Amino acid sequence: MALLDVNHLDVRFALRRGDVQALRDISFSLERGERLGIVGESGAGKSVAAFSLLNLIAKPGYIAGGSIQFDGRELTDMSDRALRHVRGHRMSMIFQDPMMTLNPVLSIGEQMVECLKAHRRISTREARAIALRKLEQVQIPSPSARLDQYPHELSGGMRQRVIIAIALLLDPDIIIADEPTTALDVTIQAEIMALLLELCEQHNVGLILITHDLGVVSQVTQRMLVMYAGRVIEQGPTREIINDPQHPYTQGLINALPQMATPGSRLNQIPGSMPSLDNLPTGCAFHPRCGFIDRADGTTRRACIDEVPGFVTSGNCRVACHMVAEMLERERISAEEIR
Amino acid sequence: MNATAQAKAQTPDQAPGAAKPLLEIRGVEKRFSLSGDFLEQLKFKRGRIVREQQFVHAINGVDLDIQRGEALCVVGESGCGKSTVARTVMGLIHPSAGEVRYDGQRIDDLSHKALMPYRRRMQMIFQNPYASLNPRMTIQQTLEEPIRLHHPDWSPKRIKQQVAEVMASVGIAADWGGRYGHEFSGGQRQRIAIARALAVDPEFIVADEPISALDVSIQAQVLNLLMEAQQQRNLTYLFITHDLAVVEHFGTRVAVMYLGRVCEVAPTATLFARPRHPYTQALMSAIPRLEDDRPQHIRLEGEVPTPVNLPSGCVFHGRCPHAFDRCRQEIPQLIVTDDGGQVACHAVEEGRID
Amino acid sequence: MTTTTPQVASRWSRFRGSYLLYSFKRDLVAQLSLLVFIALVAVAVLAPWLAPMNPYDLAQIDIMSSELPPFWIEGSDPAYPVGTDAQGRDMLSTILYGARVSLIIGFGAVALQAMLGVSFGLLAGYLGGRVDAFLMRLADIQLSFSTLMVAIVVGALVKAIFGGATFSAYAVPLLVLIIGLAEWPQYARTVRASVLAERHKEYVDAARVMGFTSRRIMFRHILPNTLSPIFVISTVQVANAIISEAALSFLGLGMPETQPSLGSLIKSGFDYLQSGSWWITLIPGLVLVVLVLVINLLGDWLRDVLNPRLYKG
Repeated sequence: MALLDVNHLDVRFALRRGDVQALRDISFSLERGERLGIVGESGAGKSVAAFSLLNLIAKPGYIAGGSIQFDGRELTDMSDRALRHVRGHRMSMIFQDPMMTLNPVLSIGEQMVECLKAHRRISTREARAIALRKLEQVQIPSPSARLDQYPHELSGGMRQRVIIAIALLLDPDIIIADEPTTALDVTIQAEIMALLLELCEQHNVGLILITHDLGVVSQVTQRMLVMYAGRVIEQGPTREIINDPQHPYTQGLINALPQMATPGSRLNQIPGSMPSLDNLPTGCAFHPRCGFIDRADGTTRRACIDEVPGFVTSGNCRVACHMVAEMLERERISAEEIR
Repeated sequence: MNATAQAKAQTPDQAPGAAKPLLEIRGVEKRFSLSGDFLEQLKFKRGRIVREQQFVHAINGVDLDIQRGEALCVVGESGCGKSTVARTVMGLIHPSAGEVRYDGQRIDDLSHKALMPYRRRMQMIFQNPYASLNPRMTIQQTLEEPIRLHHPDWSPKRIKQQVAEVMASVGIAADWGGRYGHEFSGGQRQRIAIARALAVDPEFIVADEPISALDVSIQAQVLNLLMEAQQQRNLTYLFITHDLAVVEHFGTRVAVMYLGRVCEVAPTATLFARPRHPYTQALMSAIPRLEDDRPQHIRLEGEVPTPVNLPSGCVFHGRCPHAFDRCRQEIPQLIVTDDGGQVACHAVEEGRID
Repeated sequence: MTTTTPQVASRWSRFRGSYLLYSFKRDLVAQLSLLVFIALVAVAVLAPWLAPMNPYDLAQIDIMSSELPPFWIEGSDPAYPVGTDAQGRDMLSTILYGARVSLIIGFGAVALQAMLGVSFGLLAGYLGGRVDAFLMRLADIQLSFSTLMVAIVVGALVKAIFGGATFSAYAVPLLVLIIGLAEWPQYARTVRASVLAERHKEYVDAARVMGFTSRRIMFRHILPNTLSPIFVISTVQVANAIISEAALSFLGLGMPETQPSLGSLIKSGFDYLQSGSWWITLIPGLVLVVLVLVINLLGDWLRDVLNPRLYKG
């Protein structure tokens, strides 16, 4: 059984004009030490997904259905006390903005010691030693001096390293990183991602990396989910999806990158923009922007407009698209005919 | 756009007979005072009252030429001064030293009135589409206002016609006019901002990170729009960005900045094929790529120094793997390389590195 | 090209769908306050038509019917439902006229404050540097003089130069001027703070790049975006101005007794409090309290609704 098993997770936000479904039918699993990427544009629901994993969604959001099994235990109906234990010890989180996690009036050392002592019965001296070791692990220059510094005295890249050190403090099984390098420059981003990758591999820690950057996902993760309008539309091994995307949205996303076109030529843009969650199109949420739909025959076309697509398996990937389903079906029939 | 062919016509430092650049930036410096007003600058030292000021050196001696019809991309990391260059060119900031010439005429010291004809010819597109549209104005008002300012003699009918034309050219539906900016998505707002810049028929556009705040699929739309506008209207761009993939696609030439100085300028294809400056090399190796084969990125030691106390000599020497004594003492000047670029590096000049 | 094209909404339907109306419909206190406020303003404005008699008209005053109690106390006259004052004026009519004077001074003074304060605040915030330093020090100096001190000085000067009769004749514009001059820094500070926040937004840079003059950018681009806080402090300032006027009148520096405001009514009745005619002071006092309270309640509600940190709209 996988370390983390998410099944048919639904998350809703109760707003004054009615409920808005933020996540719909999310299912995935994460093995021990595995690195998973969640990719999508803003508004796709990837951050909500991350927060719901720790059962941390703020009001008015709530988990409306489905299950999250972590190490065989159900998180959705766990008591707050037990949840806090899981959050501290077993799963930790890295945010985009380091200042969200760091308290500006406490020194780095104080924050790390406080965190350790809240979860373990150890002396301050021991806690400081652990904190120092973690800072060494994240390759901060002169770690012992950093313990007594305050967050504002560090640069953006250093702060993100401290955040990683704090995330590793209690030796968690999974780190959830929500856009950890978006606010950083490319050279710093490359260093932080390399560090994160190295630490996860060394300590056999699982990583859920939430990002909009396909380049980062392709370099760091083993498997990935692509999200669109609150749903997973494609999931599978990262390499396979990047090299041979099946879903028209994933294809569009990859083909829209400037590096996929000859310099100076027109980029392959996806028309339109992502619908807002309270005003989703019927059927497949992507159909108004889909380039495939023109090539579809009558029945499939109607299905795209009327029915929410289920998953079909293509190779090692799972894709939610009526067109892909139709093509696979056609291939199957022709294969049978040949036989 | 054939980048290499254009680059050949534009050898730096003006080969005789070459076209005069549209925009020349000469030795521009900008420092911002950190020390507050006059009274706060007074300090008591060794029994005397002295006036002391600290400065952030945002840009220190930038030289750039922009040729008609090209897209010059300025890249660099946050704090390198690329936005300050853009804002100085547009007259939003007055340079502390140096000059900016547009079409041969010095513009950085002109009065508000004398600058007006240039305001029409030069326009700017901003980074944040959520902040660059006035929330209390409708789209129609936003687009009509600059036209009315620059063409006071035009009839209301002609202004409306011009607005309709520019809206059509950026793919804005005509019925958007009566609505406000907040009713649109980021990509749509950026279209409106581009329409506002194009409304007065400019010839030169400064784009300060115009797609950084947008989603990937929307970035492609906006980039396509900017390229279409360039072809149709024969625009010249000064394009500020940190995204090297965009530069490779969009730029005719690239200028790489570090800590307020230009360290390398080259035609795009040349720069990407063979980056010369050690900083450019490190920057290019850090781009996350889709391909499997992770080329080891060049790790730079340390961090970008603060622009308050600039390092002596080459600003990059503290992090450069090839630095030696001369780099710590002497500021390198841009020198022309054999493949048509310019690079400011002693090691390249001396042939110590390729 | 684009898939989502929001419907063009008329101003009315925009208002109907707005958060302002939505929260108003759910806030009983705000609804009651607005109702009471509108009622008070209406009767004050319509005083010449509603009031049973004209307290300014000496011919209508009968000294014989002075100090009559309100109707629920024995010895009252049905012609004077809330009694009469020491000069025999009908309290109801006097309060209606008095509320009118108070409201005129309140709104007039706030209009003047707003004009001065908004202009100075815009200039200080947008131009910055020396202009900012000068105007803000000026504001500090102004704030260190209390309204009362300004009133005493100006009142004394006018009385000394032009005589008491002139002062009485021009009491309303003079009070507007005094309270307006004394309290503009409140506006200037609020406006400056929001201008500083708006000035660095890119739409202001966009307008500068277009070549608009500073004046146009200040008034056409920045000012409309600072209206919410201006709106909120305006309610508070109206209440403050009404109280200031009442305080000045109570001290004898404001409206003369022949043209009573709520404040001078309270003062004129104060002398008779000992003799048992409490209604001459208490009833106008109550009206003043209710008026100021509903304005403040409305201001509170407005601040909550327009606060961008609570609701992004």
